[in-house]
Amino acid sequence: MLPGTRDEVIAVVRVLHGTGTPWVARGAGTGLSGGALASDDSVLVVLTRLNRIIQLDPVRRRAVVEPGVVNARLSEAALPHGLAYAPDPSSQSACTLGGNVAENAGGPHCLKYGVTTNHVVELEVLLPDGSLVKLGSPHGDAWGPDLVGLFVGSEGMFGIALQITLRLCPLPPAIQTLLADFVTVRAASEAVGAIIAAGIVPAALEMMDQECIRAVEASIYAAGYPVDAGAVLLVELDGQPAAVTAESAQVERLLASAGARGVRSASTPLERARLWQGRKKAFGAMGRIAPDLVVQDAVVPRSALPGVLEQIGAIGRTHGLRVSNVFHAGDGNLHPNISFDHRDRELADRVHQASREIMAVCVAAGGSITGEHGVGSDKLEYMPLIFDAETLSAMCDVRRVFDPAQRANPRKVIPVHYCREWR
Amino acid sequence: MNDSIFMRLRHAFGETMVERDRDGRPRVIPDSADGVAELCALAHGNGWRVRIEGQSTWMPADAPADVALAIRGLARIVQLAPADLVATVEAGVPVAVLGHELSAAGAWLAIDPPGRPERTIGSVVATGTAGPLRHGLGPIRDHILGGTIVTGDGRVIKAGGSVVKNVAGYDLTKLQVGGFGAFGVLTQLHLRLRALPARRVTLIARGERDLLTHQARALTERGLVASSLELFSPALAAEAEWVLALELTGTEAGVEAEVTRAMEGAETVWTRLAPDAGATFWHSTARGALAAPLTFRLGVFPDGLDEMLDLLAERLDTGLVSAGPGQGLLRWSGDAPVEALRSVRHLAAEREIPLTLERGPWTVRSALGHFGAYREGVGRLVSKLRSTFDPDPTFAVALEGGADD
Repeated sequence: MLPGTRDEVIAVVRVLHGTGTPWVARGAGTGLSGGALASDDSVLVVLTRLNRIIQLDPVRRRAVVEPGVVNARLSEAALPHGLAYAPDPSSQSACTLGGNVAENAGGPHCLKYGVTTNHVVELEVLLPDGSLVKLGSPHGDAWGPDLVGLFVGSEGMFGIALQITLRLCPLPPAIQTLLADFVTVRAASEAVGAIIAAGIVPAALEMMDQECIRAVEASIYAAGYPVDAGAVLLVELDGQPAAVTAESAQVERLLASAGARGVRSASTPLERARLWQGRKKAFGAMGRIAPDLVVQDAVVPRSALPGVLEQIGAIGRTHGLRVSNVFHAGDGNLHPNISFDHRDRELADRVHQASREIMAVCVAAGGSITGEHGVGSDKLEYMPLIFDAETLSAMCDVRRVFDPAQRANPRKVIPVHYCREWR
Repeated sequence: MNDSIFMRLRHAFGETMVERDRDGRPRVIPDSADGVAELCALAHGNGWRVRIEGQSTWMPADAPADVALAIRGLARIVQLAPADLVATVEAGVPVAVLGHELSAAGAWLAIDPPGRPERTIGSVVATGTAGPLRHGLGPIRDHILGGTIVTGDGRVIKAGGSVVKNVAGYDLTKLQVGGFGAFGVLTQLHLRLRALPARRVTLIARGERDLLTHQARALTERGLVASSLELFSPALAAEAEWVLALELTGTEAGVEAEVTRAMEGAETVWTRLAPDAGATFWHSTARGALAAPLTFRLGVFPDGLDEMLDLLAERLDTGLVSAGPGQGLLRWSGDAPVEALRSVRHLAAEREIPLTLERGPWTVRSALGHFGAYREGVGRLVSKLRSTFDPDPTFAVALEGGADD
């Protein structure tokens, strides 16, 4: 179904409810965990035609949008007012804000500015039974418990956010982007810890390993990264000019102390865009390596980064796979990517086995199975690695509060046998 | 009844873990989440009402109940990882104790809740009471990564995780922050920390309220990067005039650059407080709310502050006010009859401003409720969520109010 108005979405969901039909709400389908995929018995409710920015209030720094508005379009609309919408997933030129709400999407600049949940203040929600509720408040301090916080990241299983009120942030007057290259991933990881420990909160702190650098540099997205580097760090600092200048100098010293071979600095929009291009388009660049790519998403404590990255490399070698890493190093959010060809069944099996082992390593390090892409169907089997049966059962109970019939995005996030009636 | 429950609890938990409160009711002080779960299961099975207590310095320990559950026995700092800027602590750890431990490790939990420093971290999270640092460093919810929750029927649920970014499963933690214990008892929390700032500077300006709010807006429009930007009424600041206070935290260069910008072209005279005087100022204004029996907050935008302050002065009194002229939110402490409070809540709701009762005697909480009425359809969700986490219910919490005045 491709409803084009709020009323049409309501009518569609009421029919689906009335006929007992399972359904899956979908934005641009960029989530990478299978959350927006529908099985044969479900109807897809695609929300991309609901793409109006309903209101933009520069004084109160709020925007009210429909769920199909593309993430980057909101920041473009806010730009003339000196404002921006902070969460910036790498897919921001395609992903929708409704999808961002469902997945609690992140992005490189979430290190300083927070993820989607930190920017949503009010939601008009269409519940799976076709009724409407308004959660939160325009200011953000809600009438009642934090149901906005509960809804964000519920992966389309609690209903559809028909109208989303978002916080906008003032654009920083000064931005400095640094590119540091290191001989080893370990040295780059240690530099990350040193910057955070110094009390500096960069706007973004991203890492790419050699495999990834080479893929980017061999593509049309080449950004001038040194191809002989073991890893590069992209560090972006923003704020008032005097502070940015001083903190950039401090970060350069920390990078050098951690073993950086060189540090490139970019302060003009054009230079910064070039440095960022490689990072933002890295997944696309990997299309050159093989026809298929598994983009994994896990989080580990920052201090565990060097050891976990080495273990991921070892898993790749054990299974004879090409694993590259491009990730949000500042918050320990890893994206190990495995390039392969799905037509080779034996190879695909090894990719699945390696993915499971990577998840186990991240969990053993005290981490989580997903930092921003969600559980969807891809991570379903890993949920018991981090949550016990009682907790998974409680999540099922909460889901039933919003959707007693459990027809919205069925069989996602929680393995069904943890729901009480199955036990 | 009290005696028989008391004896059963002593039998179950031993003598050292069970005492009587000042009214003779049994009070259990478990030292583990399992102990809390055992008590809740027992209470649920027997139909006993349970009152959750921290240090009782913020919320009065006066909710009618058969048993008091004191979380002060859960007072361990379980794990402190300064390199990862995360910590896991039990809910009964006092905020000040936690602050000292973190500071010694070069870390900082960037919250400054109203009330006494002995308040437990569990109380701060359960009531969602953020102080002036919310301006630049976020509300309480932004500092909580996960935790352990014991439900009213004794289930132990582990929500979230201990890493700084995590979207696995539904965010059950958010329901607990500011849920006033209606959705379970928090026994352990995973906290997001910051590096201890190299420099903290407090600036204050005294003057007419209008002038100070104008000044605050000008600073916000100029993009001043402050951790706190708070307006205090004369009574709360213990001054003859209203006080606008700024706190700047961060690297030395960053903070000094912002201090210079704050003072440039200012229409008011700023006083830079010495570090000790700055800390004393923030602590005393945090404690000041306790001089009155009631505290509520209003979710108001900065451009609505003046109107709400006038309305409060007219309907209640100026009171002990702490307000955010940069990001909004207004906290009022004072004394007022339930009808007057209800009228203010109604007038605020007409302006799309929620009023949350943060503390007060049970007579007021039960009549007014922490939240009062919800928006259409939300009450049904809240009620079902409450049944999920506290079937029957066991915990004595007045979310909606409605009891006779």
